[in-house]
Amino acid sequence: MLIVERDNHPGGILQQCIHPGFGLKLFKKELTGPEYYTEFVKEAKELGVEFLFDTMVLELADNTLICANGQYGITEVEAGAVVLAMGCRERTRANISIPGTRPAGVYTAGAAQRLMNRQNRMVGKKAVILGSGDIGMIMARRLSLEGAEVVCVVEIMNYLAGLKRNKVQCLDDFGIPLMLSHTVTEIVGKDRVEGVKVAQVDANRRPIPETEQFIECDTLLLSVGLIPENELSRGAKLQMHPVTGGPVVDENMQTTAAGVFAAGNVVHVNDLVDNVSAESATAGRSAARYAKGELKASDTLDVTVGNNVRYVCPAKFSPERGGKVDFYFRVLAPVAGKVEIIARDGDTVLARRVAPYVNPGEMEHLSPDVTGARSLTIEVKEV
Amino acid sequence: MLQTDVLVIGAGAVGTAITRELAKYDLDVLCVDKNEDVGGDCSKSNSAIIHTGYDAAPGTLESQLVVAANPMYDQLTKDLDIPFERIGAILPALNEEQFEKLPSIKEKAFKNRVYDIEYRTKEQLLAMEPELSPEVLGGLYIPRESIIDPFLLVVAMAENAVMNGARFLLSTEVIGMEKENGKVTVVHTTAGDIQAKYVVNAAGLHCDDIAEMVGKNDYYVNPRKGQFYILDNNTSCKVNHIVLPIPTKLTKGKLMCPTIHGNMLVGPTAEDLTDKTDKAITAEGLASIKADVEKLIPGVQLRDTITQYAGLRANRNPEGLNIDVYDDIANYVNLSGVRSTGLTASVSIGTYVVEMLKSIGLALTFKENFITKRRGIPLFRELSRAEQDELIRENPLYGNIVCRCETVTEGQIVDAIHSVIPARSMDAIKRRVRAGMGRCQGGFCGPKVIEIIARELGVDAESVCKRNKEAYMIASKVK
Repeated sequence: MLIVERDNHPGGILQQCIHPGFGLKLFKKELTGPEYYTEFVKEAKELGVEFLFDTMVLELADNTLICANGQYGITEVEAGAVVLAMGCRERTRANISIPGTRPAGVYTAGAAQRLMNRQNRMVGKKAVILGSGDIGMIMARRLSLEGAEVVCVVEIMNYLAGLKRNKVQCLDDFGIPLMLSHTVTEIVGKDRVEGVKVAQVDANRRPIPETEQFIECDTLLLSVGLIPENELSRGAKLQMHPVTGGPVVDENMQTTAAGVFAAGNVVHVNDLVDNVSAESATAGRSAARYAKGELKASDTLDVTVGNNVRYVCPAKFSPERGGKVDFYFRVLAPVAGKVEIIARDGDTVLARRVAPYVNPGEMEHLSPDVTGARSLTIEVKEV
Repeated sequence: MLQTDVLVIGAGAVGTAITRELAKYDLDVLCVDKNEDVGGDCSKSNSAIIHTGYDAAPGTLESQLVVAANPMYDQLTKDLDIPFERIGAILPALNEEQFEKLPSIKEKAFKNRVYDIEYRTKEQLLAMEPELSPEVLGGLYIPRESIIDPFLLVVAMAENAVMNGARFLLSTEVIGMEKENGKVTVVHTTAGDIQAKYVVNAAGLHCDDIAEMVGKNDYYVNPRKGQFYILDNNTSCKVNHIVLPIPTKLTKGKLMCPTIHGNMLVGPTAEDLTDKTDKAITAEGLASIKADVEKLIPGVQLRDTITQYAGLRANRNPEGLNIDVYDDIANYVNLSGVRSTGLTASVSIGTYVVEMLKSIGLALTFKENFITKRRGIPLFRELSRAEQDELIRENPLYGNIVCRCETVTEGQIVDAIHSVIPARSMDAIKRRVRAGMGRCQGGFCGPKVIEIIARELGVDAESVCKRNKEAYMIASKVK
């Protein structure tokens, strides 16, 4: 087993996630990002996994990786099975077309987090944060702890984008106001950010001009969504999922190319690393079985996306292989009250669960047994 | 006091072309610019097209210089190692009214001596450009309309000038000039006084401010803003040519074309301003691009945008490209009205201005050892695997990919920092090697590039800037 990693150290984005909150599900204790991945690195090393750091995979074709590495030059790695785990990237100001000038001081929250936590650099002294995603809220707290002023967190939707617990721990505890149904309408500043204009939005998310106000700041952090990073997957011509932006996978986390598996944020953007680990274990187990010739090829069915469901991952499953499958999904719209989450094959209910509320920012989960199913629909109904 | 034979004010495309042209002669040449890098204003934010001049006003200096410049690019881009492609432009007529304008457009092109403009039928146009609106009735094809990397054009001309002995003084703003006995004697700058035998005003957007210093501001610059979208290179709807709308009386309109690096460029708007610093993008501007370009290319996916920017054209009022010498200032050349065609015309303006300087007494002796060839920093992404491998074996830093979107290596970044015209800012590096130019817009590579600049220049990260020193990236250390 070989892990090819572009960074000089294992752990990926968790290296910069120095806050606690990881591992509650899997380890039943609260770990920091580095503590969480260290557990896995230890285990991997004990199992004899090799690491190739400072190595960028330029291309994936027919289970062969073409890599660039300073020491080895352009190197090919042939594999019996490949697992893609490239993670995701952040949406930028351009993705949401924020008007205004283009000064220094506009950072994505993750870039600011890397600068602060891995490079010991403060990005600014007075910040506005656009987007109530988890990284944005965590950075609001981080900046406050380091003596910067966080004026507010601005969210265009009328609900929170990230986890509720992060709002409590990162915003409420630090007295940082959350402005729902507001957005940044203009970035102001010739060289460095001098401020932003913020306005309330109407039901169609269009700014209401008369509510526009100028907020002085030297930094704008963006936490406006994540996109699976699939340059390699597209190059390898894997079928991509139109909603998640990641490769389409089946219940073994196998993509449409035989022997190529994918797991984590490269498939769909998760909010809890514990879910990523569970999904990744499936991918790893399946890849090992494939490499040993033990993974049965089988026809698959597409999961049908039912009421108030945005997407389901995995999007395909094999009724023939069957068994209990963990399906992860997000709702389209928040429901404040009780809902029923149902997995059904036609009129036959395969699994159901009642949830106290649902929110697009929080991933939902259901594990029906799909053995012999003729179809599968996952839906959310208000009760 | 700094002394020079010729002082060129402005290191945009035009200023650097003039400087390079002068470097062919036994002269001391100095080019100053207020920005921290060459190509600082109009030259870096435009549509990156090398025009044929088919639509210039016939008989004008602008027409003469643009038409003359176009053929110069084949050799120039080879000599200077700059990406350049003659992809051609099409001008589709989408309705009867536009169709009726085609003969007059062609006639005007002929008057400008652009004789290779040709009519194409609806079927031909749709075969050339499948994404074109099916409403097209026919149109014109202009094969020598071309695309270039405008950043590298300016950098390459400046570097080649330096290789041949010219000097650049950046972050140096001209703040005044002294005249005595009908000559400019001393030029005051923020970096001290300069004594020059000849002075050339190639200050583009600010050429009127410079002209005012010698009392020759019988015109003013009226900045005309153009906003653009750049689309991801994997956007589903692409064009192969420069797709131009039929111009109206009011505007040349908004186009869509590929960039030399495989993105799609869509725009620009044309907004008359008074503020020469207003490069803000606006919701209205972007909406107008969408509305107009969708008429030409209905499938355009503007949601695949990876950046939007605005540039200012240095429009002159009264209009027109002017290159003037004056009886009462014997050693001064003034350029004005270098607008959107300025990038194209820069190279012919270079040779033209040297002739003007000769006409007012500058002695010109060819250099025996002028170096014509300049090698750029290898574009790692574009190389074959074997070439990449060789490069890494020569310099292991080429094996460290820093910008994952554009596959830019640490080797390229370090080379840019230590190049002939050193890249010292985030933007300067981005323009030379494309780190941060891709879909994540520097989200991943930005933090790394800050450290590489700090390390290579031996400075604190706090002094690393996006462009000039007010555009700092880092406020302080974490305590």
